[in-house]
Amino acid sequence: MSGARCAVSGTSAAGSDPGGDVNARGEAPATDSYYGRPIIKAPVWQHDITVYLFTGGLAAASSLLAAGADLTGRTALRRGSRLTALAALSASAGLLIHDLGRPSRFANMLRVFKPTSPMSMGTWILTAYGPLAGLAAITELFGALPDGRLRAAGPKAGRAAGLGAAALAPALATYTAVLLADTAVPAWHEAHRHLPLLFAGSALASGAGAGLLVAPTSQTGPVRRLALAATALELTATSVLEHRLGRQSQAYRAPGPARLLRLARGLGIAGVVAAIAGRRSRPLSAVAGAALLAGSVCSRFGVYQAGLVSAADPAFTVLPQRERLERPREPSGRAGR
Amino acid sequence: MTRFPPPCDPAVEAGYPEPPARVGFFTDTSICIGCKACEVACKEWNGVPVDGLELLGMSYDNTGALGANTWRHVAFIEQRVPAGAATGQDSVRWLMSSDVCKHCTHAACLDVCPTGSLLRTELGTVVVQDDICNGCGYCIPACPYGVIDQRRSPAGDRNVGLAQKCTLCYDRIGGGLEPACATACPTDSIQFGPLDELRQRAAERVATLHAAGVTDARLYGEDPGDGVGGTGSVFLLLDEPEVYGLPPDPVCTTRDLPAMWRRAGLAAAAMVTLVAAAFLGPPR
Amino acid sequence: MAEAHPVGFQWVIEAKLRGAKVIHVDPRFTRTSALADIFVPIRAGTDIAFLGGIVNHILSNDLDFREYVVAYTNAATILSEGFVDTEDLDGLFSGFDPATRTYDESTWQYAEVGDDTERDETLEHPRCVFQVLKRHFARYTPEMVERVCGVGPEQLLEVAEAWVAGSGRERTTTLVYSVGWTQHSTGVQYIRTGAILQLLLGNIGRPGGGILALRGHASIQGSTDIPTLFNLLPGYLPMPHVGQHDTFDAWVGAIGHGGQKGYWGGAPAYATSLLKAWWGDAATADNDFAYGHLPRISGDHGTYRQVLNMIDGKIKGYFLLGQNPAVGSAHGKAQRLGMANLDWLVVRDLFEIESATFWRDGPEVATGEIVPEECRTEVFLLPAASHVEKEGTFTQTQRMLQWREKAVEPPGDCRSELWFTYHLGRLVRERLAGSTDPRDRPLLDLTWDYPVHGPTAEPSAEAVLREINGFEVASGRPLSASTELASDGSTAAGCWIYTGVLSGGVNQAARRTSRHDQDEVAAEWGWAWPANRRILYNRASADPQGRPWSERKAYVWWDEAEARWTGKDVPDCQVDKPPSYRPPVGATGPDALAGDDPFIMQGDGKGWLFVPSGLIDGPLPTHYEAAESPVHNPLYGQQSNPTRMVYERADNPRHPSPSEGDASVFPFVFTTSRLTEHHTAGAMSRNLGYLSELQPAMFVEVSPALARERRLDHLGWATIVTARSAIEARVLVTERLRPLRVEGRTIHQVWLPYHWGVGAALTSGDSANDLIGVSLDPNVLIQDSKVGTCDVQPGRRPTGPALLELVARYRGRAGVVQATPERIVTARPR
Ligand SMILES: Nc1nc2c(c(=O)[nH]1)N[C@H]1C(S)=C(S)[C@@H](COP(=O)(O)OP(=O)(O)OC[C@H]3O[C@@H](n4cnc5c(=O)[nH]c(N)nc54)[C@H](O)[C@@H]3O)O[C@H]1N2
Ligand SMILES: Nc1nc2c(c(=O)[nH]1)N[C@H]1C(S)=C(S)[C@@H](COP(=O)(O)OP(=O)(O)OC[C@H]3O[C@@H](n4cnc5c(=O)[nH]c(N)nc54)[C@H](O)[C@@H]3O)O[C@H]1N2
Ligand code: SF4
Ligand code: SF4
Ligand code: SF4
Ligand code: SF4
Ligand code: SF4
Ligand SMILES: [Mo]
Repeated sequence: MSGARCAVSGTSAAGSDPGGDVNARGEAPATDSYYGRPIIKAPVWQHDITVYLFTGGLAAASSLLAAGADLTGRTALRRGSRLTALAALSASAGLLIHDLGRPSRFANMLRVFKPTSPMSMGTWILTAYGPLAGLAAITELFGALPDGRLRAAGPKAGRAAGLGAAALAPALATYTAVLLADTAVPAWHEAHRHLPLLFAGSALASGAGAGLLVAPTSQTGPVRRLALAATALELTATSVLEHRLGRQSQAYRAPGPARLLRLARGLGIAGVVAAIAGRRSRPLSAVAGAALLAGSVCSRFGVYQAGLVSAADPAFTVLPQRERLERPREPSGRAGR
Repeated sequence: MTRFPPPCDPAVEAGYPEPPARVGFFTDTSICIGCKACEVACKEWNGVPVDGLELLGMSYDNTGALGANTWRHVAFIEQRVPAGAATGQDSVRWLMSSDVCKHCTHAACLDVCPTGSLLRTELGTVVVQDDICNGCGYCIPACPYGVIDQRRSPAGDRNVGLAQKCTLCYDRIGGGLEPACATACPTDSIQFGPLDELRQRAAERVATLHAAGVTDARLYGEDPGDGVGGTGSVFLLLDEPEVYGLPPDPVCTTRDLPAMWRRAGLAAAAMVTLVAAAFLGPPR
Repeated sequence: MAEAHPVGFQWVIEAKLRGAKVIHVDPRFTRTSALADIFVPIRAGTDIAFLGGIVNHILSNDLDFREYVVAYTNAATILSEGFVDTEDLDGLFSGFDPATRTYDESTWQYAEVGDDTERDETLEHPRCVFQVLKRHFARYTPEMVERVCGVGPEQLLEVAEAWVAGSGRERTTTLVYSVGWTQHSTGVQYIRTGAILQLLLGNIGRPGGGILALRGHASIQGSTDIPTLFNLLPGYLPMPHVGQHDTFDAWVGAIGHGGQKGYWGGAPAYATSLLKAWWGDAATADNDFAYGHLPRISGDHGTYRQVLNMIDGKIKGYFLLGQNPAVGSAHGKAQRLGMANLDWLVVRDLFEIESATFWRDGPEVATGEIVPEECRTEVFLLPAASHVEKEGTFTQTQRMLQWREKAVEPPGDCRSELWFTYHLGRLVRERLAGSTDPRDRPLLDLTWDYPVHGPTAEPSAEAVLREINGFEVASGRPLSASTELASDGSTAAGCWIYTGVLSGGVNQAARRTSRHDQDEVAAEWGWAWPANRRILYNRASADPQGRPWSERKAYVWWDEAEARWTGKDVPDCQVDKPPSYRPPVGATGPDALAGDDPFIMQGDGKGWLFVPSGLIDGPLPTHYEAAESPVHNPLYGQQSNPTRMVYERADNPRHPSPSEGDASVFPFVFTTSRLTEHHTAGAMSRNLGYLSELQPAMFVEVSPALARERRLDHLGWATIVTARSAIEARVLVTERLRPLRVEGRTIHQVWLPYHWGVGAALTSGDSANDLIGVSLDPNVLIQDSKVGTCDVQPGRRPTGPALLELVARYRGRAGVVQATPERIVTARPR
């Protein structure tokens, strides 16, 4: 953070410390920010959206797991995952609507289909995915129906819907990374190459976590493997953000985000270890599942917080742009002088 | 890094077959006297609510920043100029500058708006349609200048929850008037007109100032090759943009969107692969 | 100017874009300074010394516009032998009476040779004005300027050279001032110094030249032309004084008599027409046109005297029509205590202002000095219609009348001043109808017959304008020029200088020809008095022979072929009087002025570098320290203006001068002024959200150095103390204020806006005027609210009675004194 601070402390003349030598900067008047105020606006989204990043990912990964389970005959895993997907999906929709400034106008999202708007694409993905995932989950309940055509159609319809949902699920899990990256928030935008992988990993880890909770150990072999791979992907991507993003990494290493990301890492590793160790223990598997879910939540919040940190401090916006301008060979975005 | 192919008429790009000349602002901050008439005129015309009565201590700026309840914002920057050889006395420079929505050629806010509420007008300006916006808030962090924001107060205001920003007085221009802010500006620091003309005027003005020894003068936003394809609001500044709270090299975030989608596709493929691989292994 | 006249400042910007150099002289760096080419920080209250330094530079280097000076000013006129200057009297002029602190002007007169004055056009005569001026200003050396003003010699020279370079045949320089110059105990002499400079450089009566007094409220010029001042009548006719002007002839004779030279010779016609306008048929030649009806003054009835009289219980009722003295007038406490001691108070305003609520929420309620339950004043708050809700004229800074249409109906019970005054008068006259008491005659004889219209019976503003313009009594025909006014009662005119606004029966003030459709004089926009003349004394824009001084600066000139004056503006002289005209012996009125005498309101037709009569505090400006100052006057023993108006009372305490007491108790200089975002006493801005949010709190500006010295935190609180009161304000630490080196010491200046007051507006705060005492310029009785001394301490002020104790402690420490004559006259001439 110290690098970022330096730009901020040089606010202008009527500075906040009249006692000190406010302007004794010695050289030409240099005010490298406007009273330390942010240049861009931080997102106005409440925790709704952060939680949605998680629930969307969870739904998507659960649909994928459910499809795998369906195709490989793991009934309990299939059923649990489909129901998880439905629950997560419902939460997602609720969160999305709740977060709107005008919830009653949610339907306006469906006025246009706009590839330049990840939120528009996400809405459509969700709109397509939702009924399929929902149907897949509902067919799980058909078993309770009296014999009849409907009950008979259940498995078939469930598979079709489940496979359809699974086909859309990866898009649902990863578009949210584009949603964040496609902003002027420096720590997100500059991470646009890595966020989708992070979100993919995080989604799969959470789906695996849910799988461990809902299915008996006999059916969760793939889930455990997935937990390992997904966590590895998530943590690798996180580490890239923390260390390989240049100045923006400072946002991920700022106290708030760093604490969350550390927690996410701890929970992820603990979850994987418990998952492997709990191959035969349902309670231990459940602990692993909870840890993986919590880890995913933490990494979403960590990433989100890092974005807020970078939005609040003008240095994250100004310094990289300034460096870009001062790199002589690259075509400058700005002319005139 | 990809650059937008200059030049580009955003109205044509938006599908208007034969749009009228693109309009915009040239704000010459070298003749701004910080009277804030622009701020007040904008609020009066557009019925923008009061933004709070807080003493900020930022020189004479008690507005702070652009936002949902401030569509024009006059910045005040006090600087100490070190002693010239002649007088041996430090002196003071007081910069004032009226900021506004840039009506970008490539407007991130508009690109990311999922409802189509943000609209490119035939005049090349960018406008929020209050009856369509659902307050999703996406445009807000998308704007590289921090212009647009969600209205949160006052309670009961009919646009609470919606994204709000300068309309470039679309409702006045249609009636043959100039924007309220430009009309009120006593010194013509804010000039409204066809953007081509304004760009030329801006170039001439900066040349005049340079000839007069004001080497600090520079234009901002006039380059159609910049990260937003040039702005509809061009500024003449007397210091680095960041001094005024402006980003030095803004980029329309959607410029990188194809790359983002590609990475998302890759990540999506990775998800499928990982899940498939997991199921292909041994049962337990 | 950018702060308080932002719309007018567009022309400064335009001039700047065309290459003009803009110089700003001010104690602090303002929005104007930000756009100026040269900013000169000056100690408040010392401009006479600064300008004096420039006068000295010009005179000692022979840089004046000599042809202009010789021909058009009284530089060549020789003074009587009795005149003794301040240089010899330790800061006093000859004729001073220490007991009354007044001057006898007789030694200031021109030397008379028979009926005429003596002139030496070589300017060599030791008693000619030019030489007197030269000697007078010789003391204002660059070193002295630095000692007094804190302005270094380089900067003085820079300004002087720019001023000189911008003057002459080819160029002119404009001098702009406003209340930063007037609100001093030497305010009039500030402007006099500016006038001397502009005359010496030939910048009066010429395009791009002049002295522009930027006025305040929208029609404040109008309210001096048709005055709300106790000592003036419309058109600058003086109010008759009891004992001095007991007859019509005595009154008119004192203004200007038929035998007088220059245009004041028309005074009998102006005065008669005024009386005819007011008393119509009741004003006849036999009764001296009802001169007996005209009230008389008996001394000082200025607003500050009145307030003190209220405190003393001598005044029963008070009308406030668009004024907020509880906040806007000096010595806020005296204002409020005075108003709290009336039988009744009528407040007509757009808002419920502090002057209507002081009895329940003013600062004195907190200190216990006013007890709401016991306050005897009955306040009638009447809602007023604003300027957009009524028609009429505004007279702006250029003496231009602009007719204003009504844009919207006034809401609810809001009514115009015209409505209020007319119907109040009507009701009073109805009550008095039939009275035989002679004292009711003036009211009953008034012509009070304006047509009314609409549901509210609004009087016709146009009818009032017709009366002001004047008409032929017999036919009612509107007059077209003041030269048509007669002294025999055949004409009536409410304000002779406005005669012509209805020229040809057309409302000239309503003209709206765009400036793009006429030349730069824009004579067809509105109407300027006198006679739609845009530049006064414009005869001076041509040389004595009537030719333009230069092509660039051609304005009006003598057309030999047509034998007339012509040009871009209405010539300010008799149009057929050739430049070569010389008045015959014994000529009077305008005929007594030569063809090359541009200053037609003066008896000698000359611009007065030296003022032989009419000024109370001296024929020449000289630097005195402000009434409250931390330093000794470096020029003379005479510390401050010896003739300044003081009110010696325990409730109007004054800080001691450095020789009288402990000046270190109030070590800092403060000045008060305006913010663009607020208007005067604040009712019209602090009640509006859009303006209040732009400057939401009362603050004090201090330099970083003072902040360090007094441990003041940016955005924290400070308490500012004087002998009158203590107020609190938020602190803005800013480089725009900086300490000056004066007399070898550091002088800190602090700045306060005066827009805040304690009350119910959206933003409320302590009022700067609570700090200021009543001390006035002797000529025009304006308060010296632009300079005082104070202490500044960190933190908020005490509240309740503790506030009074704090101020009392300060008074005790400083040895606060009352202004006795001996203390005011500090000169010790040998
Ligand atoms: N926005 C706004 N505009 C206004 C008004 C308002 O309240 N608000 N009021 C109107 C009215 S009523 C009036 S009278 C005019 C007044 O217009 P101005 O006279 O321009 O107003 P002020 O700000 O009171 O004073 C001007 C400057 O005088 C400086 N000053 C103080 N003492 C001295 C001195 O000794 N020498 C010199 N050289 N400068 C000094 C102050 O620092 C200040 O910057 O403005 C009118 N216009
Ligand atoms: N310390 C300090 N004191 C100063 C000055 C300073 O520079 N420093 N400046 C002085 C100067 S120049 C001035 S002019 C005074 C101003 O002092 P004031 O005249 O006392 O103050 P304003 O706030 O202008 O008061 C005008 C009132 O008229 C009301 N009003 C507006 N239009 C109308 C109308 O059409 N009809 C009626 N009835 N009311 C109306 C407004 O609401 C407002 O309350 O302050 C003086 N006091
Ligand atoms: S400045 Fe921001 S709000 Fe304005 S058009 Fe550009 S992106 Fe949109
Ligand atoms: S908040 Fe309104 S304008 Fe902004 S992106 Fe959402 S729908 Fe569009
Ligand atoms: S163009 Fe209109 S909406 Fe935009 S800032 Fe100016 S006045 Fe406000
Ligand atoms: S109105 Fe014009 S001069 Fe006044 S603050 Fe706005 S841009 Fe500057
Ligand atoms: S308020 Fe009126 S008089 Fe004052 S600057 Fe503005 S336009 Fe001119
Ligand atoms: Mo004023």
